[in-house]
Amino acid sequence: MRVRPGLVPWLLMAPGLTWLVLFFVLPNLQMLAMSLSTGTISRGWTLTWDFSNYADALTRFPDQFRNSLVFGGLATLLCFMVGFPLAYGIAFRGGRFKNLLLFLVIAPFFTSFLIRTISWRIILGNDGAFLTVVRDWLGLVPANFSILGSALAVVSGLTYEFLPFMVLPLYVSLEKIDRSLIEAAHDLYAGPWRPGGAIFGGLFGAALMVVLLSGLGYLPLAAENAAGIATAAALGGLLGGLVGTFLISESFARVVLPLSLPGVFAGSILVFIPAIGDYVNVALLGNPKTQMIGNVIQNRYLEQNDYPTAAALSFLLMAGILVAILIYARLLGTEELSGGRA
Amino acid sequence: MSAVAATPRPRSGASWPAGRGRRLGSLVQRWAVPAFTALALFYLLIPILVMIAFSFNDPPGRFNFVWGRFSLAAWANPLGRPRLEDALTTSLVVAFVSTIVATSLGTLIALALTRYRFRGRSATSLFIFIPMATPEIVLGASLLTLFVGTASEPWKSLTGGALFPLGLRTILIAHIMFNISFVVVTVRARMQGFPRHLEEAGMDLGANEWATFWKITFPLIFPGIMAAALLAFSLSIDDFIITNFASGTSTTFPIWVWASIKNNLPPQIHVIGTLIFGAAVSLVLASTLWERRRERRDRRMASHEAATNP
Repeated sequence: MRVRPGLVPWLLMAPGLTWLVLFFVLPNLQMLAMSLSTGTISRGWTLTWDFSNYADALTRFPDQFRNSLVFGGLATLLCFMVGFPLAYGIAFRGGRFKNLLLFLVIAPFFTSFLIRTISWRIILGNDGAFLTVVRDWLGLVPANFSILGSALAVVSGLTYEFLPFMVLPLYVSLEKIDRSLIEAAHDLYAGPWRPGGAIFGGLFGAALMVVLLSGLGYLPLAAENAAGIATAAALGGLLGGLVGTFLISESFARVVLPLSLPGVFAGSILVFIPAIGDYVNVALLGNPKTQMIGNVIQNRYLEQNDYPTAAALSFLLMAGILVAILIYARLLGTEELSGGRA
Repeated sequence: MSAVAATPRPRSGASWPAGRGRRLGSLVQRWAVPAFTALALFYLLIPILVMIAFSFNDPPGRFNFVWGRFSLAAWANPLGRPRLEDALTTSLVVAFVSTIVATSLGTLIALALTRYRFRGRSATSLFIFIPMATPEIVLGASLLTLFVGTASEPWKSLTGGALFPLGLRTILIAHIMFNISFVVVTVRARMQGFPRHLEEAGMDLGANEWATFWKITFPLIFPGIMAAALLAFSLSIDDFIITNFASGTSTTFPIWVWASIKNNLPPQIHVIGTLIFGAAVSLVLASTLWERRRERRDRRMASHEAATNP
């Protein structure tokens, strides 16, 4: 029996695709139906096209939504700040150790994510290594300062957990850059980026410092904090300005950075959306005030059996990632996204 | 032209302004990126080092959060906690079975996507990618919705009882599902630049498609399949969030840790975490070394053949 040649790839893919349709697509459709249903776990649910579940989901958890957006956003920003130089270092300075360095980036995946978060709880605890150094030895923070149970702890945990998902797509897009373009920039007299580097670096540093401190709740954006905000902006601006002046070259700002943007977007999607849905970091490092949307979903599903509301929240996340991916794929193709997680 | 060539231009990075700080400046410029890379990699490894260190801890209380004193007690008795052994066994069974199934299904998809050009190919690869980008909580929640939904009407009367009672079977279903995409991506990445002419040579020499696959294609892509299987295994054995939704009353190792954390946190958790990490890393290293050796041998044979058959 001969198989039509056009069918061969579909026959090869049939078992795997069937599995994904049955246990990825179908569950999401079922979840969509659940989010429009009414009922309880004992009496069963009926599909009533009840959109009030969505209205409920969006209005009943304002704090958790705000926390999700702020913490997820800050973690994405921090992942970028740490991940970009790291990916750049591996792609441009890794030499023959590239594979080893990339392996180190994914090495955390070989330990349970729970145990890694427990490790952060050990490190950030009141008797942990971090506060011992910063509080007891250096005296940078007051004696009653603690990290566990704060927004800072949650954002640190999220940043750590999702950093590889930022680094890998960034690495893919940086590695792909044709090195002769950088040579060409130098041939065309690209040199140190001044005064652009100083100006952009300074502005970026100032903004980053203010956003971080206010997002973490240490420096609320209010009139009475004007002096503190100005100090933070000045400090951030000074640091950013120094980096911008001395470390950022024109060829980097005008060739490397623009060409790496697909990786930046891909990495940001892969960090931000899963970070919003995370509940383990809050459970182990945060407190009830730092709860995020992920905690609500987990709690409604696994403890209160309030499936319709939880399904609505969960489906909102799913819709978010779908829209982000489709826009991205339309604009930039799929390479950084799907090559980024190998 | 000569004017351009004669003008000194910076090779890379910005240049430090002339003056006293120049030596220090160029030193900073040269080493800033490598130093940051090293620091960031160290940062990624800190929690792993802490895990290993705290497996040797004798904690002052029930929680292994604070350093007490050095002790080998947990290492001497790594399974000495109620139901820990069962949880670990479940984890290993789930990881083995889901790895084998997901690696087979995923490799077939990767083969189809790399070796054939067909309509819907890029849509398929986008579809394969979506589960990897989906937050784990959504994967878990949607599966639980399906499993619970099929236990109620109208499904219940159609299938005569719960189709998917939560337990080992639903954990396996979930793990195979999230592993397939990772396998596809890993195998595909290793098949980039696959030497199609070797397969064509095999066919020219009279081998049929089946023989060509097993004698030429499979040995060539085997390292990629191994890498994918290793990744799938470690993702499966470490998964918590999805398993937490799909497990019902079954307990895997991460679920055991989660349940235990409310009352105590014995150092045994860190011992087993260290063992799993050590096993995964040694397997990756071993397979890399093995692959290198094979490549070197292939090269030597190729050059030998070239020398003897001019």
